[in-house]
Amino acid sequence: MTFSDDTLARFAREVAKYPPQHKASAVMACLAIVQQEQGFVSTQAEDALAAYLGMPPIAVHEVTTFYNMYNQQPVGKFKLNVCTNLPCQLRDGQTALDHVCSRLGVEPYGTTADGVFTVQPSECLGACADAPVMLVNDRQMLSFMGAERLDELVDTLRAHAADESR
Amino acid sequence: MPDLSKFKATGRETCFHGRHIGAQIYDGLDGSNWRLKDYEQRGGYQALRRILGLDGGAGMTPDEVIAEVKSSGLRGRGGAGFPTGLKWSFMPKNYAGPKYLVCNSDEGEPGTCKDRDILAYNPHIVIEGMAIAAYAMGAAAGYNYIHGEIFEVYQRFEQALDEARAAGCLGERILGSSFSFELHAHHGFGAYICGEETALLESIEGKKGQPRFKPPFPASFGVYGRPTTINNTETFAAVPWIIRHGGERYLAVGKPNNGGTKIFSVVGDVNAPGNFEIPLGTPFSKLLELAGGVKGGALKAVIPGGSSAPVLPANIMLDCTMDYDAIAKAGSMLGSGAVIVMNDSRCMVRSLLRLSYFYQHESCGQCTPCREGTGWLWRLVDRIEHGRGRMEDIDVLDSVADNIMGRTICALGDAAAMPVRGMIKHFRDEFVHHVEHKRCAAGTAAALATT
Repeated sequence: MTFSDDTLARFAREVAKYPPQHKASAVMACLAIVQQEQGFVSTQAEDALAAYLGMPPIAVHEVTTFYNMYNQQPVGKFKLNVCTNLPCQLRDGQTALDHVCSRLGVEPYGTTADGVFTVQPSECLGACADAPVMLVNDRQMLSFMGAERLDELVDTLRAHAADESR
Repeated sequence: MPDLSKFKATGRETCFHGRHIGAQIYDGLDGSNWRLKDYEQRGGYQALRRILGLDGGAGMTPDEVIAEVKSSGLRGRGGAGFPTGLKWSFMPKNYAGPKYLVCNSDEGEPGTCKDRDILAYNPHIVIEGMAIAAYAMGAAAGYNYIHGEIFEVYQRFEQALDEARAAGCLGERILGSSFSFELHAHHGFGAYICGEETALLESIEGKKGQPRFKPPFPASFGVYGRPTTINNTETFAAVPWIIRHGGERYLAVGKPNNGGTKIFSVVGDVNAPGNFEIPLGTPFSKLLELAGGVKGGALKAVIPGGSSAPVLPANIMLDCTMDYDAIAKAGSMLGSGAVIVMNDSRCMVRSLLRLSYFYQHESCGQCTPCREGTGWLWRLVDRIEHGRGRMEDIDVLDSVADNIMGRTICALGDAAAMPVRGMIKHFRDEFVHHVEHKRCAAGTAAALATT
């Protein structure tokens, strides 16, 4: 796998934060960039990133597999992570997860047949006062997601996916 | 990606609600005034100018800055409550190579969401606090490790860093002085353990977040093996006020040994959950009132310092003031300042089940007592919750927790064990009821049937 010039420029911006002999420090940010651009982190991407950062491929793979947010397999166009930890559970976090799953007809960790949605429970997002809270594709946090707002979100995302596939 | 802004938090509920008492960090924020010019209008970067002698005064030596912070009684806001000035004084003074400063914004302790609001709505206060700390300890570079789940906040902080660099508040020869300090943002990507300071250091180095043996402590062997000091976001955010107003005044805001204000995240069964900045030593009942009181029933119990802190029953909690010493005396800990409120419909076995699942999920797997023990805890609580428990399981649970504590490299083992021991100590009768009746006595019997 080769990365585009745009991707390499994003990598370089991360690498520049660390001393030249410690390029490996940028591995988490670079893997997040790979995931944002490709949807998941493949072993091919890990190997290419390892070469770029001067790391053994297994060291990159260790990072991908240790941290919860890296997708080791392809996921739906929209990955929804709903927090179900105790503070959220006290404010209907589990109910929110159940609602999204039943609305989309998937089990937790499942992906809809059309490939648009993947739904996962998650651990603490650090936004407990906003419960129910969730992430969309790792980078956008949505707050106070009761049933009504969840329905609206699903409709919004589904319409967007339909527009794009037209 | 479609526009999802209508689903996002605005900070009105959690931060700009006007229900703080004597706010120092959250004071005057409205969500739009996070930029450098706004921060300067609130008096920002004056403390940095003062120590550098750029305000017409004589400036302060690094030792004077540390002495001022020591006199404030400031204690670490991330969980351990260690005196900040003392921690700063551990950094070697005549070290030839680079020294590092790290901010721990990996805010993932269930119940806590205060640092997110600091970084989103007042990022420059953290930058200024870190610059002052770097001056005091002679650190040339720093990193702010931000929870991967709050990516938009990470991006906001990077914008603030760009502003600070452009204004000369970071970088080479800060504000024209001889002091230089560069600061960068680093994000996590989903690992509770990286809130542990040596796991965080490993993570900055691009590795799995597995905690290191201590000693050596970070002050002698930190990031890249260099002397490093790590403080919580809120700790750094408290520093500019201390320099501007003096350590003694800061201490006077709280109570002896518990200086200053503290931000509490009040979550769970309250009518108005949010962050509340109040003086340490404020009665719990007052904090509960600020959060709109208990929702959905009477107060049953409170986990006063994040999910790792032992639970306290209502009667004990209502007698407590919110400070490190009072909560410790009551048998729990102030921790990160997350106050998880539970009403009388809540089943303690079910609540503990969710926490036990979390700790076994987040154990890094390095130490056997934690890796195996957290799994045992979870399976035992699961068995009791689902009506398959035996009476001796309750003592086995307590014993497994006891055998994890103090036998692991880091505090995650203790963090998993303490909630178990607290729940059994104060709510043993609920565990007994589950074993005897194969069901829950609290109002969640229906939930039990469906899970």
